[in-house]
Amino acid sequence: MKLKEYIKRYNRRSRDNINGWIWLAPSFIGVAVFYMVPFFVIVYYSLIDNPIQRNFVFLDNFTALLQNRAFTTAAMNTLRFSVIAVPLAVVLALALALLLEARIPLKSQFRTFFLSPLMVPVASVVLIWQVLFHFDGAINEFLMRFGVERLDWLQSEHNQLVVVILFLWKNLGYNMILFMAALSNIPRELLEVADVEGAGPLYKLFAVKLRYLSPTMLFVTILSLINSFKVFREAYLLTGDYPYGGLYMLQHFMNNIFRSLDYQRLASAAVIMAVAMVIIIAVLFIIENRFGKDVEG
Amino acid sequence: MKKGHLIGRAILFALAAVFAIGFLLPTVLTVTNSFMTQSEIDANYGMVLESARPGGSTYVGDSVNLKFIPDRVSFSQYETVLFRSPEYLLKFWNSIILVIPIVIAQVGIAAFASYSFTRYQGKLKNVLFFSYIILMLMPYQVTVVPNFLVADWVGILNTRWAIIFPGAFAPFSVFLLTKFMRRIPASLIEAAKLDGANEWQVFSKICLPQCRSALYSIAILVFIDYWNMVELPIILLPDAATQPLSVYLATINAGEVGIAFAVAVIYMIPPLLLFLHGEEALVEGIMHSGSVKG
Repeated sequence: MKLKEYIKRYNRRSRDNINGWIWLAPSFIGVAVFYMVPFFVIVYYSLIDNPIQRNFVFLDNFTALLQNRAFTTAAMNTLRFSVIAVPLAVVLALALALLLEARIPLKSQFRTFFLSPLMVPVASVVLIWQVLFHFDGAINEFLMRFGVERLDWLQSEHNQLVVVILFLWKNLGYNMILFMAALSNIPRELLEVADVEGAGPLYKLFAVKLRYLSPTMLFVTILSLINSFKVFREAYLLTGDYPYGGLYMLQHFMNNIFRSLDYQRLASAAVIMAVAMVIIIAVLFIIENRFGKDVEG
Repeated sequence: MKKGHLIGRAILFALAAVFAIGFLLPTVLTVTNSFMTQSEIDANYGMVLESARPGGSTYVGDSVNLKFIPDRVSFSQYETVLFRSPEYLLKFWNSIILVIPIVIAQVGIAAFASYSFTRYQGKLKNVLFFSYIILMLMPYQVTVVPNFLVADWVGILNTRWAIIFPGAFAPFSVFLLTKFMRRIPASLIEAAKLDGANEWQVFSKICLPQCRSALYSIAILVFIDYWNMVELPIILLPDAATQPLSVYLATINAGEVGIAFAVAVIYMIPPLLLFLHGEEALVEGIMHSGSVKG
């Protein structure tokens, strides 16, 4: 009796198992073929000297890469951009979400306006950006009226600032929606209790709301971080293949080695970036687990 | 007390208005400027847009003159794009035949995978789902290298398939759709099973209809992501003739500055139409993407 039941349950489970894999198969096979298997090949490539002789050199490719000036410059530029842009993307998006929470008129219109850059291809607005920030552009014209020395925004170290603005313009709306969702999940009673006890708006913000928002803040941070690695797109469209100084991003470096097809360098760069990404994500996850209260979005 | 409240709200409203203007300005300017004549563009922006590229030809104005409203509304830019410069329409078509297959395939494949991740959870499945998330979070700089290698092995490098295939299997849709499907009450599925529905019926008659707005919002998100692509075509599709307009727009030739704004506007029409139609679904989709867990 018991054995029979066990076998029956076992059969059902294995049938479920097979069923589950059948449903998953199209996606899994594709992901394996186009992402996972070649990634292992890349790890292998990063450990050998060249595709023909295939001698194991272990970490030589990595040390060579880390000593490569172009790579370290690109990595530092990307990192610096992220350090500037990500906190701004989180804080400003939260500010916008709180602004829309504060029962102002035309709330839903404002939400549409703030979200609209998400739908506008960067390539479409890059022209206007050039008109605005060119040396002879509108921003400089405007500044000159107030006696401010004009700056060469795109061809100097200031170009990072221009791309930060473009990045924020594009990404704030999405982040804002995430914060709005989290804000609406804060239990009403909690805020009412705070009201009854005479808590001011600032106290409510810091003592109640921000606590509930912490998981969302971490998620928005992860998301913005990833988007900040994609900022090559904006930099490329604004300033092309060989931008001035601070905008030489990791993707520019990758594009150049794709051109020369140096497999070892390509592979070790991809592996280093993947490892760095996993570490960053893991750290953020650990922080979330420790401090965050998981409120479902 | 009441009065202070009102003033506070007025300040907040003004703040929101300032932000809104900043957010709308680039889009609105692009649209209004697309109704300028070629000579007006040359006069106003000639030097900026041409000196930004090598080999500029005629300069008219000596400083830029940003204008909201053209002196004379004209459709000449659109006429030129639509009837006299077929290459832009061709690039537009390139974008369409790259993006539409990716959206359909990615969402379709994700529907099956999400069903599996929802209905048949196990240890191995959870590990796999987690690895999908990691993959989703990887920047292009990392994922484009495997994509490139496979495309090279299979011999589809420098064809559209080099972008369409990896795009079809990208894990983003799977992640988001799974989160939606896991919200379907289990009792609904059990009830259907008791009534004798098989797996396919549960999937097609219960899960998919329940996720209709989710599917729509995911499709929109995937669409804008790929409509905006730049990195992938540069590496996987270096042949300029087959590249999508998103790459090409930034390199409009110096002599053709006059039509640049019209091309830019034409390129943003499809995503903006989707936005106007599906904003609610889109917002809901973004809201549910809000947590990596669960």
